Amino acid sequence: MSHPQRTAPLSVVLGAITSARGAFIGAAAIAFSGVGGGGRLWLALGIFAAAVVIGTGVAFAKWRRLTYTIGESDIRVESGVLSRAARSVPYERIQDVSLEAKLLPRIFGLVAVKFETGAGAGEDIALEYLTQSQGEALRRLVRERRDEDRALAAQGDAPAAAAPPEDEDEGDVLYALTPRRLVTFGLFEFSLAVFAVLGGALQYVDNVASINVWDVNLWYGWLKEQGSTVATLGPYAQALGAAAGLVGLLVIGSVTGVVRTALRDWGFTLTRSSRGFRRQRGLFTRTDVVMPAHRVQGLVIGTGLLRYRFGWHGLSFVSLAQDAEEESHVVAPFAAMEEIDRIASAAGFRLPDGATRWHRASPRHRTDMAIRDAAIFCVLAIAAGIAAPSSLFLIPLAAALVAVGLNHHAWRFRRHAFDETQVYASHGFLSPQQEIATRRKLHSVEIAQGPLARWRGYATVHLGLAGGQFAMRGVPLAEARALRAAVLATITATDYSRLDAPEIQALKGAQSGFSANRLAT
Amino acid sequence: MDHAPALPLAADPLDDQGELTRLHPHYAHALRVQTTLMALPALAGALVLESAFLGAAGFPSGIIAGPVLLIALALIIRIPSRRYGARGYHMGGDRLRVVRGLLFRSDTVVPFGRVQHIDVNQGPLERFFGIATLTLHTAGNHNASVSLPGLGEDLAREMRETIRAHIRRETV
Repeated sequence: MSHPQRTAPLSVVLGAITSARGAFIGAAAIAFSGVGGGGRLWLALGIFAAAVVIGTGVAFAKWRRLTYTIGESDIRVESGVLSRAARSVPYERIQDVSLEAKLLPRIFGLVAVKFETGAGAGEDIALEYLTQSQGEALRRLVRERRDEDRALAAQGDAPAAAAPPEDEDEGDVLYALTPRRLVTFGLFEFSLAVFAVLGGALQYVDNVASINVWDVNLWYGWLKEQGSTVATLGPYAQALGAAAGLVGLLVIGSVTGVVRTALRDWGFTLTRSSRGFRRQRGLFTRTDVVMPAHRVQGLVIGTGLLRYRFGWHGLSFVSLAQDAEEESHVVAPFAAMEEIDRIASAAGFRLPDGATRWHRASPRHRTDMAIRDAAIFCVLAIAAGIAAPSSLFLIPLAAALVAVGLNHHAWRFRRHAFDETQVYASHGFLSPQQEIATRRKLHSVEIAQGPLARWRGYATVHLGLAGGQFAMRGVPLAEARALRAAVLATITATDYSRLDAPEIQALKGAQSGFSANRLAT
Repeated sequence: MDHAPALPLAADPLDDQGELTRLHPHYAHALRVQTTLMALPALAGALVLESAFLGAAGFPSGIIAGPVLLIALALIIRIPSRRYGARGYHMGGDRLRVVRGLLFRSDTVVPFGRVQHIDVNQGPLERFFGIATLTLHTAGNHNASVSLPGLGEDLAREMRETIRAHIRRETV
């Protein structure tokens, strides 16, 4: 298989369609504008045809010139029509291979294959497009080669890494988002963003058609017409109308939320196999990502103001690879705590329970934060009292009170804990966000203090976490020092080069969930 | 506290409360030169303003440049020595502790076992004063690189070798 190969020939068709789509807008603009007088329709058609022919030609040339070679120790991609570029990626540097199928490629049964190397954004290589089966075969092949490399490098003491490769469809489903659950999730994702889109569309209409949507008189006349109709209805009908408007807003917001969620998370499935965690999601753009279990650096359990009250949370993995411009991988967007617990223990983490000794942030920190926030609003209130004549200054004053209340409430969630293997932190104003990290996978510890914190005797502890942030705020200084000493003792016990070896983790037995899972698979 | 961390802390005194090592005395001079260089544009600006208003009636000479010069002098004399005093490090058997900051203090510990690679850098100013900056890179997002400026040139290289030897021993 070490000869140069081409991507799927259907890629040319996709390239042609893409260029046609681009040309269509330009052609339509010409057709609807005044350019060219009577013959402009022909002109538009001509330009459209020329663009499609050129686009197809370029797509074909690109396809002819792009080859990939699956070598002994690396994958080489050579590309470029006029200038040639050759890139080689060694197998052991490939963190993972992900398959992505946008709507159009999906119709043709094609996928884009991306090789994640952990390099900066945009530096990873992608093959567009291969057929579904080709893509999956390539992914399996790369993983096998990579594991062979690993096994060679760590001969003798790595039985787990040398385990025979399994088909990835095996493995148990840890979490799946049922359509019913998806709708509930969508309701919590209530969004009025559609109005922003509508505003943008209106502006577009404004530019294309000659109706001036920003003309006040036009709307005023329309409103007056409607208003006089409303006025004749009497107070009850008016109240009813207002209620109907509110209900309408709620419905629109909810429908937007459900549709957006369904587009992103339709058929969300998380499976655990010997290779790691595999996540599939998306309605039109279907993505398929595999995260090796030992690359998970930490967990983030988030929630929302309202969904927290109903017991719903979301779970993300912190890892070095990036996921669609987000820092961490969402592995369960909307789940009950028991489900999150199951996923966490499969990844070798333990959620905090009754035995976890939580430490609250220093009460002085709470007081200082409340004073700081209230002071900002008080300054605003004074400014308003001087500049604005009426009782406007009451608004920032009320905001100051709210700030004090919020800070007091936030203190309930601001706490941290640590045990033999993990560190925990939680924070948030009206609903908590929890972070969990493995102690031995941390990289540095910093105690930071501003002037106020030094005077009042508390500090922020920053822990160096690969691929994410981990900070505990308002920790009393003595506690911060004790925490640092304990964490450093764990870190220095293991060298970085041994961190990724999963078999040590399993042998240690400290993370019982992980080893149990490994035995099961 | 879960595991009575007061005990391991006492058993490992070199970690936290240990005496900090001072930086090379030349570092204070380097900081002073740096502050002077930064103050120069402000002084030049003040002089330009001064000359622009020179002809105006009732404008005593030196009303802009005077205060700016005084502030600059105060900064140049006072701040570098205080910054120098606030900085320090401690080289432990398996970790490096770096303390810095006048107003905003930060106290970072990097275990050698987590160092990805090590830099020793020298700018033109540092070369002149015979000092160097040691930078440790880690894989964490926070403190991805921890730099320790103001080490003697030879000391910086020596520290780099020590840390590198430690890493090699662990890996093999």
